[in-house]
Amino acid sequence: MGSVGAKEVPVLLSPEGLRIDGRKLDELRPLSIRAGALHQADGSAAVEWGANKVLAAVYGPREVHPRHLQQNHKAVIQCRYNMAAFSVDERKRPGLDRRSQEISKVIGEAFESVVFVEEYPRTSIDIYIEVLQANAGTRCAGVVAASVALADAGIPMADLLPAVAVGKVGGAIALDLKKEEDNFGEADLPMALVPQSGRLVLLQMEGHLTEPELAQALDLGVKGCREIYEQMKRALRERYAVGPTAGASS
Amino acid sequence: MSEEIDAEIRTTHVLDLAAEGKRLDGRGPDEYRKITIEPGFVTTADGSALVRIGDTAVVAGIKLEPGKPFADTPNAGVLTTNAELIPLSSPTFEPGPPQPGAIEVSRVVDRAIRAAETIDLTRLCVTPGEKSWVCYVDMHVIDHSGNLIDTSLLAALSALTHAIVPAKRFEIADADYPLDIQHYPIECTFVRLGDAIVVDPTFDEERSAQGRLTVATDEAGHVVAMQKGLIGAFSPDDVKDTVRRAFRHGDELRARARGGAP
Repeated sequence: MGSVGAKEVPVLLSPEGLRIDGRKLDELRPLSIRAGALHQADGSAAVEWGANKVLAAVYGPREVHPRHLQQNHKAVIQCRYNMAAFSVDERKRPGLDRRSQEISKVIGEAFESVVFVEEYPRTSIDIYIEVLQANAGTRCAGVVAASVALADAGIPMADLLPAVAVGKVGGAIALDLKKEEDNFGEADLPMALVPQSGRLVLLQMEGHLTEPELAQALDLGVKGCREIYEQMKRALRERYAVGPTAGASS
Repeated sequence: MSEEIDAEIRTTHVLDLAAEGKRLDGRGPDEYRKITIEPGFVTTADGSALVRIGDTAVVAGIKLEPGKPFADTPNAGVLTTNAELIPLSSPTFEPGPPQPGAIEVSRVVDRAIRAAETIDLTRLCVTPGEKSWVCYVDMHVIDHSGNLIDTSLLAALSALTHAIVPAKRFEIADADYPLDIQHYPIECTFVRLGDAIVVDPTFDEERSAQGRLTVATDEAGHVVAMQKGLIGAFSPDDVKDTVRRAFRHGDELRARARGGAP
């Protein structure tokens, strides 16, 4: 990864085992989740995670467009992950490139693994993920946001989907890589967990990991996902809290 | 509609068999279909191979042309990977721009080739910042009977292994020379059928699958790429188990790709 680049590799891990932003190997970046951040969507969420800013909106169940995608026995889930032109250092050409199309596919499949699609035949549940500011881990931030947005839309599903990327930096397995770690790290492994079943519905990997390192990375990712899960539930409780302390959002 | 009913019946049958530890074609859960590799299948390409895994067939062709290096990698050549799922190969493929399925195959194969550092791209640089080779890896799926990812990477790798850089034709050097292969990534794809996780799925098995998992390994004991696809889930223990199995199959398939002979 990035070995072809001529740039000098920064020191990613201090002798004390701390990362470039002072985090420990198993420490997440600061994460804030706001459910119901948008007004027109049936469900929505805004996620700020480290220097990532990601929005998700859910529309549906509603009529399927294009019509031929309609399924008689279940709802179809259509997911669109998109990055804003200004979300990265060098302007990105607007629209879905091949990376975004692949990510849209795997995220859609992850959600179809947990949403009770049989309940809404001949409809579409549309998930829109918009990355406004990117700093590594945007697909995981997108899954977290979309998951909260689905719950906010009242779509029945088996569970929320916390997601996080694990990687290898400075020879060590580390949780939740930020941009510099992703660019110069030795591996990147994003995943999404179904906490109730302990199973993974999204899993990708690129880089170099031995078998024991891979096992360690999976375990660390699952642990990270469980932490994120608690924050997702908290965001939803805040949105729907009643009484004097109820959240004022939207 | 009859197509839907047919698919439903086949799915039920595939899953019933899997529950008894059996498969439609009589294979064991950890057995590949018959693999044949035909290097040099297309003589107009700078490297090529026809690879069959069972009834699935993919032709990969390599073309090398002089071009310009990317601004952020002035000392390296350019590698471009593309998979075409042409309508000739399956009733499920339609003409038009690449669908998400084709993009996924391209990108998952590309990820393995790139992450494994299969070719030393710096050796494809002619003049830093100005001139370098562009290596096109094009994969044509000509018969889709399942497991396009493993078949496509095996075809690409076999084609790369036998590729010749046409340096003389483009007047860059006095003689042509073989492309330098540093590492040999192999992808192994598994699908979940109920509680069973089987390798090298057929078209019917993929359609019945409750999740697909691809693991790419290199010859030095690294996992270099992974991709979970389709609707379904795998536990971390399932993943660790498939990684072990992928290493075992990887060694076998790698020897085939390097040698080319059965």
